[in-house]
Amino acid sequence: MNYHLLIPEMCLAGTAIAVILLDLVIARKGILQMASIAALIAAIVVSAALWGKADPDIFNGLLRADQFAIFFKVLFSGAAILVLLTTKDYVSKIARFQGEYYALILLSVVGMMLMAASRDLITIYVSLELTSISLYALVGFLKDPKSSEAGLKYLLLGAVASAILLYGMALIFGITGETRLAEIAAAVPAGRIWDNPLLLLGVMFMIGGFGFKIATVPFQMWVPDVYEGAPTTVTAYLSVASKAAGFAVILRVFLEAFGGDILPDWAMIFAVLGAISMTVGNVIAISQTNVKRMLGYSSIAQAGYLMVGLAAATRVDGANDPVLFGPTGLVFFLGCYALANLGAFIAIIAITNKTKSDAIDDFAGMGSRAPVISLALTLCLISLTGVPPTAGFLAKLYLFNAAVHHDLVWMVIVGVINSAISAYYYLRVVKMTWFGTPASAEGVPSSLALRLALAVACAGVLALFFYPSPLLDVARDAAQSVAGAVLP
Amino acid sequence: MSLDVAFWILAALCVGTALAVIFAKDIFHAALFLIVCFFGVAGIYVTLNADFLAAVQVLVYIGAVSVLLIFGIMLTRDPSKGSPAGKLRLPAIVVALALMGVMIGSMITFDWQTTADTSKMVSTEEIAGLLFDENGYVMTFEIAGLMLLAAIVGAIVLVRKE
Repeated sequence: MNYHLLIPEMCLAGTAIAVILLDLVIARKGILQMASIAALIAAIVVSAALWGKADPDIFNGLLRADQFAIFFKVLFSGAAILVLLTTKDYVSKIARFQGEYYALILLSVVGMMLMAASRDLITIYVSLELTSISLYALVGFLKDPKSSEAGLKYLLLGAVASAILLYGMALIFGITGETRLAEIAAAVPAGRIWDNPLLLLGVMFMIGGFGFKIATVPFQMWVPDVYEGAPTTVTAYLSVASKAAGFAVILRVFLEAFGGDILPDWAMIFAVLGAISMTVGNVIAISQTNVKRMLGYSSIAQAGYLMVGLAAATRVDGANDPVLFGPTGLVFFLGCYALANLGAFIAIIAITNKTKSDAIDDFAGMGSRAPVISLALTLCLISLTGVPPTAGFLAKLYLFNAAVHHDLVWMVIVGVINSAISAYYYLRVVKMTWFGTPASAEGVPSSLALRLALAVACAGVLALFFYPSPLLDVARDAAQSVAGAVLP
Repeated sequence: MSLDVAFWILAALCVGTALAVIFAKDIFHAALFLIVCFFGVAGIYVTLNADFLAAVQVLVYIGAVSVLLIFGIMLTRDPSKGSPAGKLRLPAIVVALALMGVMIGSMITFDWQTTADTSKMVSTEEIAGLLFDENGYVMTFEIAGLMLLAAIVGAIVLVRKE
């Protein structure tokens, strides 16, 4: 039995429990933060060391620590580290329950890691619930009216989404008699999805359940309120890690279990949802005055771009191994999006901590009050828009390139128009930051840890533009490991 | 044959009480009807030789969920005032009926693999093997434990005063 493949998860779960217990006896809570970050770094190191090992199956294929899972394990852990580094600047608001805060973050990382590695519907569902329940509590962590409302909304809508997902899984189990993805793939009835209404219903329900996680239209209604009410650190974490976990599980389930005849059909469904998602997210984001709500709608739009990668998962005959353009582009985009979005949120945490306001108008003149943080915010927003010299540009280029290869030119057109729309609201924040009149001349204090996290995010955003090939290779291997067996 | 009769009686009970849950004016009565509905489902499991599932259904749904439900009702509203009126009643009815139509339609047209041999049902012993065997779901079982830990920690954080 390959128990060593589970070391990252065991390490984080053990640390989570240790943090809860140590919280009772330790007065200096900084130690708990250090321990959590250390455990996450250890998880990254061990995961990276397991890259490309010959026999990745755990528990007889219930879980698989392949390159795909390892990429996401590193992504989730990295996102959690950046979020925990910024927590010190936010900690006054959650001082009473610091230990629980760190433990819940760690537990949600474990849940997401297992989501990315699971190859069985029951395990996927239980991992997803572990993630969700930790996040419900984290969203309501501030316990003020807004945060509580956000937590309650997230819980209720999340529970409905889980119920829909379970119904879909139950239907798929009823049709195929299997819960393992590989065996479902063998048992899915031949023919297009439209010939089999029950299969269509099961797949649609599963798209609905997972769609809630990635926040795509029409399952996005929770996003603005939850993003606004949640502690900003948790919002940053939600917008990156939770979304990435959703995409990981969608790629795994749909490529491994539904990679047969019905692949073009669900790819079409994702194409339509993606196009709507980009448009709705970007258009509504324009009218937002609260920066967290704006980034909420922006994240809906980003989910739309990411779904181009799902739409382009179809086979292309004859060409030289183009099949993986879609999944590879998606994985690469997720890496770039994670850095840029986390960077933007970290800068916003620093600024809003000083101004005590999430209104975009209160960013006026920050360029003179906090030039470095403003510069970082500008860089990350430019990356989210998809303009060089940032990683976001290459990520979009790669995804749209995949779409062109798969005769989805209409999606590219929609995507490019949407990028232009998104430039308006992203750059409005930039304009406000640099050309607005500052309300005071006071600087913006920030901790060393926050500046480190911001520097890492910005360095990544720049480095991936000038030197993308390492991450591209990793993304290609990851996509190959999940889709290679299914797609010739 | 007698199993068929039992099934139809239980099915009628389930559907009838489920409808009563929706149409009951008093939300407390609705909760009680729901408990009867849960009993009916447990009965159907028994007719299918799924004894373990039936026992869990009684323990979890009738034992725990229904108590929680009634607690929730008693603590949050005055049951004598009846169910709150919803503005979306009509759209909800339309959507629910449409979904029901689609689901019934697709389930009837599907070519289900069936067997008359109910002894093929997994016994409690085999379920134990599935749950705790290395080649079964022992990992999933452990994850569920972590999930409960997260739920308890989260609930304490949210409920406890500063």
